[in-house]
Amino acid sequence: MNVLEVRGLTKSFGGLVAVEDVSFDLAAGEFLALIGPNGAGKTTCFNMVNGYLRPDRGSVELEGRELIGIKPRRIVRMGVGRTFQITRTFLSMTVLENVQMALISHHRRMYDIFSRATRLYRDEAMALLELVSMQEQAGRACSELAYGDLKRLELAIALAPDPALLLMDEPTAGMAPSERVALMELTAQIVAERGVSVLFTEHDMDVVFAHAHRILVLNRGALIAEGTGDEIRENALVQEVYLGGGTVFAAAEARDA
Amino acid sequence: MGFYVAQLLTGLANASSLFLIACGLSIIFGVTRIVNFAHGSFYMVGAYLAYTIVTTLDGGIFGFWFGVVVAAVIVGLLGLLVEVTILRRIYHAPELFQLVATFGVVLIIQDAALAIWGAEDLLGPRAPGLDRAVRIMGEPIPEYDLALILIGPLVLAGIWLVFHRTRWGVLVRAATQDREMVGALGVNQAWLFSAAFVLGAALAGLGGALQIPREAVSLQMDLSVIGDAFVVVVIGGMGSVAGAFVAAVLISVLNAFAILIFPQISIVLPFIVMAIVLIVRPYGLFGKEGSEHGAPSEPEQPLRLLSSRATIVVMALVFALAASPAVVSDFTTILLVDVMVATLFAVSLHFMMGLGGMVSFGHAAYFGVGAYAAAMAVKFAGLPMIPAMLIGPLGAAAAALFFGWFCVRLSGVYLAMLTLAAAQILWGVTFQWQDFTGGDDGILGVWPAKWASSDRVYFYIAFVLCVGGIWFLRRVAHSPFGYGLRGIRDSDVRAEAIGMDVKFHQWMGFALAGGFAGLAGVVFAFSKGSVFPDVLGIGQSVDGLIMVLLGGIHALAGPIFGAGVFVLIEDWVSRLDYWRFIFGAIILVVVLLAPDGVAGGVDRLLRAVGLRREERA
Ligand SMILES: Nc1ncnc2c1ncn2[C@@H]1O[C@H](COP(=O)(O)OP(=O)(O)O)[C@@H](O)[C@H]1O
Ligand SMILES: [Mg+2]
Repeated sequence: MNVLEVRGLTKSFGGLVAVEDVSFDLAAGEFLALIGPNGAGKTTCFNMVNGYLRPDRGSVELEGRELIGIKPRRIVRMGVGRTFQITRTFLSMTVLENVQMALISHHRRMYDIFSRATRLYRDEAMALLELVSMQEQAGRACSELAYGDLKRLELAIALAPDPALLLMDEPTAGMAPSERVALMELTAQIVAERGVSVLFTEHDMDVVFAHAHRILVLNRGALIAEGTGDEIRENALVQEVYLGGGTVFAAAEARDA
Repeated sequence: MGFYVAQLLTGLANASSLFLIACGLSIIFGVTRIVNFAHGSFYMVGAYLAYTIVTTLDGGIFGFWFGVVVAAVIVGLLGLLVEVTILRRIYHAPELFQLVATFGVVLIIQDAALAIWGAEDLLGPRAPGLDRAVRIMGEPIPEYDLALILIGPLVLAGIWLVFHRTRWGVLVRAATQDREMVGALGVNQAWLFSAAFVLGAALAGLGGALQIPREAVSLQMDLSVIGDAFVVVVIGGMGSVAGAFVAAVLISVLNAFAILIFPQISIVLPFIVMAIVLIVRPYGLFGKEGSEHGAPSEPEQPLRLLSSRATIVVMALVFALAASPAVVSDFTTILLVDVMVATLFAVSLHFMMGLGGMVSFGHAAYFGVGAYAAAMAVKFAGLPMIPAMLIGPLGAAAAALFFGWFCVRLSGVYLAMLTLAAAQILWGVTFQWQDFTGGDDGILGVWPAKWASSDRVYFYIAFVLCVGGIWFLRRVAHSPFGYGLRGIRDSDVRAEAIGMDVKFHQWMGFALAGGFAGLAGVVFAFSKGSVFPDVLGIGQSVDGLIMVLLGGIHALAGPIFGAGVFVLIEDWVSRLDYWRFIFGAIILVVVLLAPDGVAGGVDRLLRAVGLRREERA
């Protein structure tokens, strides 16, 4: 069964067509990668799926329910979690409190003015931090964390409402190469254990091949290939985009570093 | 027909003066991201200097224009002095610091001007050669107005040339759009900022100098012009000079005609126009997204609960306060009521500003609505004290719900400006609606019930309401709702991503803060026995900001220290001559030397003696 069905998604900014007629399915439990050089339209695609951007055309269905036109916060409540390309956390709170906030919101207790926030859902939050091996850092201020730890924290926050679908925009951007592999391994393991379906974007092919079940390749707003790691590696068009356009790739790396 | 043309020309002449002061403000904001309260002071000093130079020289046409230009240049140098000695040190401080620091400059310049030029209004000379009226379509139009109508566009053209034809101007525009980029280009930022500040100050000085043939020079010029100047800058879009021009013309011409229909409107009209523009275009007419925030500030530390020993200390202090009327004089008892009122007001402001990240330049509005609602309930409905005390906060919360709905749609400086507009509108209504609010004469005879009329009994009423209110807001700060507000302040994108309704949450926070400010207003009204429009004024709002800053914005206890220190200093200093100067100097010392305020200092002390919990979750 498909968790997500995307059809004919199109978006332009002024004259620039950022995403053009993109369609794909995401099966339950699938770990699907959306790759492409920087500026290919991956983030734009993502933001249309999770409600931050309204597409010019197209439809996005989550388990049969149309998502276009629904506010991001409602989409979250429908079971779609997300992480950001550039991390977004509550910097004036501790690591644990960040996860507690996600749980408080999930349990609809945000308007409670009598309880102490730090006493709510502590154990659940701790369990989520253990999942991403952050339990040691629970009491630290978020503003002191290294970037790679922030990325893992975001993963824990996204998992808090127990989503059916997880959208991860460049989960490894800005991390050291060894950290990247570790984070993808962790994510793949969580996906397998919890049965979450994941759509993630990535411009670094190596990170993708090891874990993704299936790969979509986006270039200049259009899908140009789809298949398993090996199929994509063999694909002439993809080789041209990545190898022929090697400079684009290198430039993207340098910018993210 | 001729009459309307005359009205239009008057409007355009006013627009030129307004533009001169507003464009300098806008340039300064665009480059340095500082909201410069002292800009009105530069304008005032420009007028005083021009008066002195022109009357001393008494040199005809040449003497007049020479005097005007020299006044502008001297004000530019004054701007340089302020920039180098004060502002340069706080470019990376939060917006509030900068605002309060420039307000300190306002106070100092006010007393300096008083010392130099005296308290009397000075009637300036007419402009030689332009001192008559010409007839246009049968109506007499002052020649000087026509000259002003020319000067505005000429200055605009001059600025345009500088911005597009000189390297410096191009850098200023680049800095306005993207400050990091300029840093990356290796431009000497300090020099760029100083130059922008000098230009802005000189333009304000020019505006003031050109005003002397039209209006008496007085010590009220600074604050009376700053409100309108803010409005023009915000309507035009922060940092946009052309926007400032369009907005100045819009406001002045609208005003010239609106007063024909509804003479009382001129006090509130600019603020109404600003409110409408901001609701339709959240970044002003020519402003860009991202122009609304000052320099990014350091992230705050997580909230921690007091340790049990510190809790005991706090409880002991509260008990000492409760027992104090038995020991201290009646006079001190009354002073302590003032301290409690100020503290609750400051805590409610800190709630929305420190926790919620919504800086308000008009929090006095809700303090005032609370005070007035209670006073009117007593006066007109004949209600006893207790029901009136209930109506006050409810009225304030209702007003905050109304204005807050608009305000939370904006952020940063624009939000602050809309709160200022809301306060000014309420102030204008109160001031002018004589029959209902008593206007300038206020409402008298708002005394507590007979059983509560002794200073001591009233002290305990104030104690219960204020300490209770403070305790409650602290509780909310530690609750999910309070954490939610802080979360939105830290990252609204993240808040939305965990499913929060960001605007609604902020709206509720705004209303709650307004309600408690109203409670402070109620206690205030019954303690004084009267209310006057200045409880809603800019002065009262700025007092609140100073208290929060004095105490330290990053600590929950900050406003408590801040309000206490503020009232005590004010009580002591305001008996002295030149108290504004002293007060302004104190503000500057705090901003420059102790940027984390009293609470920051106390916090360091507590950690040193182990009274604050360091342990981690
Ligand atoms: N808000 C926007 N306004 C204008 N252009 C945009 C906007 N967002 C993205 N773009 C453009 O759309 C294209 C795709 O961007 P993006 O989706 O961020 O790519 P990716 O995430 O694959 O690097 C880029 O050319 C980018 O400049
Ligand atoms: Mg991207």
